[in-house]
Amino acid sequence: MSDPMLDIRNLHKSFGALKATDNVSLDLHPGEIHALIGPNGAGKSTLIQQIAGSLTSDSGSVHLSGRDITGLSNVARARAGLGRTFQISSLAMEYTVLQNALLGALGRDGGVMRFIKPVMGRGDLKDHAMQALEQVGLADLAAKRTADLSHGQRRQLEVAVALTLEPSVFLMDEPMAGLGASGSKRMTGFLDGLRAKAPILLVEHDMDAVFALADRISVLVYGQIIATGTADEIKSDPIVREAYLGEEAAV
Amino acid sequence: MSPILLIEQVLNGLQSGIMLFLMAAGLTLIFGVMGLINLAHGSLYMIGAFAAAAVAAATGSFVIGLIAALIAAAAAGALIELVVIRRLYDRDHLDQVLATFALILVFSEGTRWLFGSFPLYLDVPAALAGPVTLPGGILYPAYRLLITAVGLVVAIGLFALIARTRIGIQIRAGEADREMIAALGVDISKLYTLVFALGAALAGLAGALVGAIQSVQVGMGEPVLILAFVVVVIGGIGSIKGALVGALLVGLTDTLGSVLLPLAFSAFMEPAAATSIGSALASMSIYILMAGVLLFKPTGLFGKA
Amino acid sequence: MIMARETLLNIILFALLPVTALIAWGLDEPYIITLATKAAILALAGVGLNIALGLGGLISFGHAAFFGIGGYAMGILASHAQSYAPIMEVPFLIEGTKSMPVIWLVATLTSALAALAIGALSLRTSGVYFIMITLAFGQMLYYFAISWPAYGGEDGLSIYLRNDFPGLNTLVPLTFFSICFAILAVVLWGTSRVARAPFGLALSASRQNAVRVETVGIAPYRIRLVAFVISGAVTGLAGALFADLNRFVSPTMFSWHTSGEIMIFVILGGVGRLYGPVAGAALFILLEHILGGLSDFWHIYLGILLLLVVLFARGGLIGTLVGREVAHE
Repeated sequence: MSDPMLDIRNLHKSFGALKATDNVSLDLHPGEIHALIGPNGAGKSTLIQQIAGSLTSDSGSVHLSGRDITGLSNVARARAGLGRTFQISSLAMEYTVLQNALLGALGRDGGVMRFIKPVMGRGDLKDHAMQALEQVGLADLAAKRTADLSHGQRRQLEVAVALTLEPSVFLMDEPMAGLGASGSKRMTGFLDGLRAKAPILLVEHDMDAVFALADRISVLVYGQIIATGTADEIKSDPIVREAYLGEEAAV
Repeated sequence: MSPILLIEQVLNGLQSGIMLFLMAAGLTLIFGVMGLINLAHGSLYMIGAFAAAAVAAATGSFVIGLIAALIAAAAAGALIELVVIRRLYDRDHLDQVLATFALILVFSEGTRWLFGSFPLYLDVPAALAGPVTLPGGILYPAYRLLITAVGLVVAIGLFALIARTRIGIQIRAGEADREMIAALGVDISKLYTLVFALGAALAGLAGALVGAIQSVQVGMGEPVLILAFVVVVIGGIGSIKGALVGALLVGLTDTLGSVLLPLAFSAFMEPAAATSIGSALASMSIYILMAGVLLFKPTGLFGKA
Repeated sequence: MIMARETLLNIILFALLPVTALIAWGLDEPYIITLATKAAILALAGVGLNIALGLGGLISFGHAAFFGIGGYAMGILASHAQSYAPIMEVPFLIEGTKSMPVIWLVATLTSALAALAIGALSLRTSGVYFIMITLAFGQMLYYFAISWPAYGGEDGLSIYLRNDFPGLNTLVPLTFFSICFAILAVVLWGTSRVARAPFGLALSASRQNAVRVETVGIAPYRIRLVAFVISGAVTGLAGALFADLNRFVSPTMFSWHTSGEIMIFVILGGVGRLYGPVAGAALFILLEHILGGLSDFWHIYLGILLLLVVLFARGGLIGTLVGREVAHE
C-alpha cells in the first residue's frame, strides 16, 4: 500500500467534560475519496477544524505528505497543501467570482506583498483562476458579484477557490449541502474526477453521494471512529447499524 | 515615603478605582447586552455632574443634587436610547462609534452653550468637609472615604441585581442569546432602554460624586471614558467582575504611579529630571499595564475567547 | 452610467481644491488659499486612515497618534534648527533641520514605526477591543506629550518661520498649497495602485472574510499590520504638513477629538472611496468656515449632521451624489 497523503493519528479534543473527538485516527491515500459520516453532534465539525488547524488538538498528530503539520496554524497548513471547503460558503461577498478565484491563485503564488502592479494585470494568476472557474463551470459568471450568486453557485466557487490552491489533499465539509438533486449529481460527477488530482477527505450527509464516491467510509459516533471500510462493509456492519442507523431511525 | 502617605495614596487609588468601576460597569453592561460601543458614556458622566452642581447650588442640598444627577443622567440615557441608540444595535461598530461620537459633540457643545465655558463648583457637604481619623492615626478626607463606600455599596447592589433579580436574569439571558429572551416573551426594547438608563445613571452618579472633588466642566467625562475603556479592555468586555478588577487595577496603578515613579527615579537622578521623567512615565503606566495584559490575554482577564 | 458619474465626480472633487486656490489667488484672498491648504492636508490624513479603515476594515480611533507624531517630528527638528542646538550629541550628532523633504522623511518613518508597535499589539484583537485599544494608545501619547516638558508640554511648540523646500519660497500661500496638493495627488495615486495590487486584493478580502483569506494560505494579521503601518505613515506625513501650515504643534494634535475628526473626513465623504476623504475634508472645512462664522457652538451642528449621515446616508457625500452605497470594481 502507498504511503498516506493525510495521516491522522489519535486526535483528541475535549470541551470541558465533553469529549468531542476521542482518539480519532484515519488516513487518506493517493487517488482516494475517504468519506466521514456520522450523526449530528458526532464530532465531525470538531475533527475537520482539528485537521484544518483552526482548532488546537489536545493530543494526537496530523501528517500531510509525510510531514508533521500538527504544530502549524491553519494558514501554514493551507500553504503546506491542505485545500479546505466549508459547510457554509465562506467567500469574499463583495468581490466578483473572478476576484475570489484570484485570491486563491494569489495564495498559491505567495506574492501577496506587492503594492504597485494591478493584480488584474497578472496574466499568470488570471489564467490560473479562470482555469479553476472553468473546471467547476463558473467561467461565464466570472464578472458576477459573489453576493448575487445562487447558493449552489457559491458552493461551486468554494470548490474552485480550493482548486486554485492546487492542494495535495482536499478537505471538504458537506459540498452537497443544499444543492438539490441535479446539483448534487453534477457535484458528485465532478468530485469523482477530482480524486485523480488529489485525494479527498469528504464529510457528507448525502448518503447517495457517499456510497457513489467513497472508496472507504469511516463512521464517527460520539467522537469515536466505530468502523472503517468499503461501502458494502459499512452497510452490513452490525455495530454501525445499531449505533448509527438505529439512532437515525429513532430520530 | 512614609507608610502613612502610602496608605493615603492607596485609599485614593481605591476611591478612583471605584468611581471608574461605576463608569466601566455601564459600558461593559451595555456592550454585553446590546453589543453596542458607547463613546457618549462620558457625556452622561458630565450630565450627572452638571445636574448635581446646578441643583445643589439652587437648593443648597447636596443630596438633592445627587438625586437630580441620577434622574438627569438616566433620563438623558433613556432619551438617547429611544431616539438614536436603538437604531444602532444592528449596525456595525463603525456606525456606533461615529454616531456616539456625534452625540458627544452635541452634548459637550450643548452644555457649553447652557452653562458657559467656566467650570462650576460643587461643594462637599459641610458635615463631610473635614478629615476623619483612621486606625493608626491616619487623617483622611471624610468625603473621599464616603464616596468609596457609596461606590462599593452600589457595586454590591449591581452584582446582587444581576445575580438575583428578574431583571438580572433577563440581562444575563440577553447576553447569552438575544432571540432566546425574545422567545421567552421579554419585551426586548424595554429591557434595552432600561439597561441603557441604568448604565447612564451609574455614570451620572460617578460624575456627581467626583464633581465635588474636581471642577465640573465641559469635557470632564472624556478622560474618564478613556480610562473606563482601558478598564474594560483589561477586565474583558461584558464582564462586570472584570470591570471591578480592572477598575481597581487601573485606579491604583494610576494613583500610585504618579506618586511613586518620580520618587523612584529621584533615587538615582537629580530631582527635576526625576520628576519630569517619572510623571511622563506615570501618565503612560496604565496603558503599559493594558498592553501587558493584552500580550498575555488578548480578550482581557475575564473576557470570553 | 453610474460608474461614469462617479468618475466625473472624482475629477470634479480632485480639481476642486486647486481651482479654489487659484481663484483665491486671482482675487488676492490668501486666507482662502490657507483654507484650501488645510483641506488638502486634512484630506491627506483621511486618505491615510482610509487605507486601514476603508480597505482593511480596521476601525482605528487612534490615528491622532500618527498625526501628532508627524507634527512633533516637524516641531522638534525645526525648533532645534532655529535654536542651533543639536538634538543629541552622543553617541552621534543629530542636528535639527528646516528642510521639508528631510522632515517629511523623518515624520513618515517615525509614525510608521509607531504604527508598527501600536498595530502589532492592537491587531491581536478585533472588533470593539481594537477600537478601544487604538483609542487608548492615542491617548497615551497625548498624556505623554502633555507631561513631557522638553518640547513645550501642554503649551506646545512654536516655529517662527515655515520650513524650506529647495528652490521654492514656501511662505507664499499658493506655493505651500501646491506642495501640499502635490503630495496629496501622489498619495492618492499610490493608494489607488495599492488598492488594485495583489496586496489590496488580499487586504480588502480580509476585511470581507478573514477566514477565506486564511484558507488560501495568507495570514490576515500580516496584511493588516502592513496596511496599518502604511496608513499611519501617511497620516504622520499629513501631521508634519499640518504643523508646518500652523507653524505650531501642541498635544491637541494627539487628542482623541483629532482622531474623531480624521474619521469624520472619511465618513462624510464615504468609507472606502478613494476620493471620500478629499470630499469629506473639503466639506468639513467649508462647514467649519460657514457654521463657525454663524455660531461659536458650531460643533452642535456638526454633531447633528454626522448623526444624520450615519443614520440615513451611509454612503457619505459621494455615495449620496452617485446614488448608491459601495463602489465595486
